[in-house]
Amino acid sequence: MRVLQELLYTKEHEWVKIEGRLARVGITDYAQSELGDVVYLELPEIDAEFNQGDPFGVVESVKAASDLYAPLTGKVVDVNDELTNSPEAVNEDPYGSWMIVLEISDESELNNLLSSKDYEELCSEED
Amino acid sequence: MSELLKTPLYPIYKDYGAKIIDFAGWALPIQFEGIILEHHSVRKSAGLFDVSHMGEIEVKGQDALSYLNYIMTNDVSKLKPNQVQYSVMVNENGGTLDDVLIYCFNEQHYWVIANAANRLKDFKWMQKQAACYEVNISDISDHVAQLALQGPKASEILNSVTEEINNLRFFRFKKSVVANDISCLISRTGYTGEDGFELYCKPEDVVQLWKTLLSVGKKHDLKPAGLGCRDTLRFEAGMHLYGNELNENITPLEAGLNWVVKFDKKDFIGKSALQTQKQKGISRKLIGFEMQEKGIPRGGYEVKKEDKTIGYVTTGYLSPTLNKTLGMALIDAEFFELGNIIEIVIRGKKVPATIVETPFYSKKYKK
Repeated sequence: MRVLQELLYTKEHEWVKIEGRLARVGITDYAQSELGDVVYLELPEIDAEFNQGDPFGVVESVKAASDLYAPLTGKVVDVNDELTNSPEAVNEDPYGSWMIVLEISDESELNNLLSSKDYEELCSEED
Repeated sequence: MSELLKTPLYPIYKDYGAKIIDFAGWALPIQFEGIILEHHSVRKSAGLFDVSHMGEIEVKGQDALSYLNYIMTNDVSKLKPNQVQYSVMVNENGGTLDDVLIYCFNEQHYWVIANAANRLKDFKWMQKQAACYEVNISDISDHVAQLALQGPKASEILNSVTEEINNLRFFRFKKSVVANDISCLISRTGYTGEDGFELYCKPEDVVQLWKTLLSVGKKHDLKPAGLGCRDTLRFEAGMHLYGNELNENITPLEAGLNWVVKFDKKDFIGKSALQTQKQKGISRKLIGFEMQEKGIPRGGYEVKKEDKTIGYVTTGYLSPTLNKTLGMALIDAEFFELGNIIEIVIRGKKVPATIVETPFYSKKYKK
């Protein structure tokens, strides 16, 4: 299972890449491996706003649907529509398969995210 | 997962990359390499399933036939030795207790293959109904392991470990077949819509049988297959899963299993309730549908028509073989017509679907 050092993580297995005022969001290698074959993605519209921890979309594997949670409060400024047409990319390249970009509204919330080290620990506990 | 029941193959699942889940109290592999890959393997070449969790209930005694014919909706008297029959067991109200396979050794000796989740319930029910019959009923599940070898290459693969099943026809079985020194009962049956076999052996032999089949099957692209694809395969082939398409509140007539309810035989449990339902006409019906827009229907989702709730989804998938999003649903019978548009409520949104024929995938049996 791969965890990238330069990213931040949520307990719900999203990864977050901070790009200045923006946060790029996807799901982790651990998450895709737990889900199995991803067959469907439902992502929000641009301009949608979410609070930290709100469900922002849905990822569906062959067997089940799971919610995606906003790692930070903010407005959606970009959506990876290409990914919804080839959801299997989430399995093949989870860290390359970003889903949304959020405009961060409260940087203090970054403190609630996990470092790569903490996230690795969380995953080993769940296994 | 220590509290879960385990099949004799449990200790070696990890060697094949299995992802283990709790299925009806059993620790079983949902997948090895991946559900979709395994699904395609079974359709194109072959897959090997551990189905040792299935229950085997043995019925022996001079009244075995009349007893089974009383508790089953299908006509067990039609079964000759070495034949297998699909049947349903219902309660007095016609509600489905289980769907089973019946193996006939002779008129005084049968096996009933029960769903794992129903094994104890079935056994108790069967014992309760046996009071007036000269029969012995025993739950032999712990002494029987089972593998399912399924797919167009299944017969070639099995041939390389035993030639005794060369002429075995669909829904027939042969006992005491020796496959690489292992004694098995082999039937040409399955739950995938493909040609295939189910192999019953002693629990202590099943690891060797599993390894032998995988090794001889390698050149035919045989893959270990998990419960995940077992469900997508049976779903495409229009087969019922107990707990989804069948339960104690669903009659076999509502579930479209009229062909296993034989009203022309003598009294059987649930006969009058089912007869009444047949005369009145069923009020609910199990149907197949295809999504017209994006979204995957899942078991339990509401089905609507013009704002009225008309039923619920029993199973739904993005079909790996047909690449369509399909589902089965139990709906008010009055809304059933092929081509009719219904709506599936997916996360609060109504998504249109068309009622289509089932099975979605035509079975490829070798009859």
